[in-house]
Amino acid sequence: MFTSNLFAELSAVISPTIMQGYIVLMILLVMGGTILDMLHKKSAQYFFENAKKAQKSAKRAVGGGEKASIAASVLVNEVLTSGEFSNPKRRLSHLLTMWGTIIFIVTTAVMIFCYPTLETPTPALLPQLWHIGALMLAVGGYWFWFFIRVDVAAEGLTWFRFERADLFILSLLATSTFALIWSFTGGGLTIFFALFILSSTILFGGVYWSKFAHMFFKPAAAYQKKITRADGSRENLPPDYDLTDPEVQRKFPDIPMYMGKNPPNMGLCIKAERAKHY
Amino acid sequence: MPTFVYMTRCDGCGECVDICPSDIMHIDKKLRRAYNIEPNMCWECYSCVKACPHHAIDVRGYADFAPLGHSVRVIRDEEKGTIAWRIKFRNGKKDMELLAPITTKPWGSATPKLADVPAPSKEMRDSQLLFNEPKYIRMDEGGLHTLESNGLEIKKGVQY
Repeated sequence: MFTSNLFAELSAVISPTIMQGYIVLMILLVMGGTILDMLHKKSAQYFFENAKKAQKSAKRAVGGGEKASIAASVLVNEVLTSGEFSNPKRRLSHLLTMWGTIIFIVTTAVMIFCYPTLETPTPALLPQLWHIGALMLAVGGYWFWFFIRVDVAAEGLTWFRFERADLFILSLLATSTFALIWSFTGGGLTIFFALFILSSTILFGGVYWSKFAHMFFKPAAAYQKKITRADGSRENLPPDYDLTDPEVQRKFPDIPMYMGKNPPNMGLCIKAERAKHY
Repeated sequence: MPTFVYMTRCDGCGECVDICPSDIMHIDKKLRRAYNIEPNMCWECYSCVKACPHHAIDVRGYADFAPLGHSVRVIRDEEKGTIAWRIKFRNGKKDMELLAPITTKPWGSATPKLADVPAPSKEMRDSQLLFNEPKYIRMDEGGLHTLESNGLEIKKGVQY
């Protein structure tokens, strides 16, 4: 079950061309939805205006090499390893969901385009990765939905209360769940296949209404944030003072007067324990 | 100066909801981002400002020291034990930085170690005095401190 290409088996009933056409349609829907989302929310306009505003209050110019290294660090920390989450549970759940989705979608596309029929035998690794991806997505997604989602974790709302903002996670969960059930029940043209296709159509077709587009604007926002730290504008935040610096002590005499010339590390205070006091 | 949230910086982690002593930081049900539901009930303790990992929460400066369109941003650094402010006017020309200590001793080091104190006797339990009284209210120096006992008297009228 885990080593067979279910889409190749399905090619006896549904033509591979239709399946390939469906994938292309989904890509177009994602692109169209993202552009509409950007136009509606004016996120790109906000991003560029914000960048221009930050540049005005920049204290130093950031060179091309530095910009490239910032882009690389955003790619490694924020994009590939979800480093912007300070809560390790949220980070792990996001990593499972994100990588599960990528593995699941890429293996689906590779199996449909490269190994469309049973005449072109599929390497066993691809269906295995397809199942692993769907499972990772389901584990990370259900963990998020039942326990980590801020409405449940911080607001004390019930897990079955949902809003339009949940369209993305719910359609992701439905896609992975029905894909796995479809596979466990032996594939073919069944009700579970219909539900799998319906949920994936909602997932990719609902980009305009869901938060699917976050994967495009979040890295841009993370990059811009790092640029503001590098050019000294810091989004108007105060500087990160070194309390032992004589210049800082001269400018703010209260520091050496009350804390001494070499203040100790005062400890973690509220950061000593996780926020969980409901 | 009550707090408010920059929605574009908030990632809806819920740290401010947890920390707010006034229970006015909540998550918007549609947008899943934090917001101050009742700014006029804000104690201005800045616990949320301190707890926010993304510096998404700021304070709204009063109009008497910062005109409209200003930015008042603050970083409370627990490890350094300082609070840093930056007040910037909308024309960008007035850009003030302030830094002040908020503690002189490491957090928790001045908390009484109750485990090291001997357990109270029955007589102490039955008494109306609280822990460390009368020492802490200085009644063991001869009764309550009053203006009279300190040779002072109330002056009539408004005193500046």
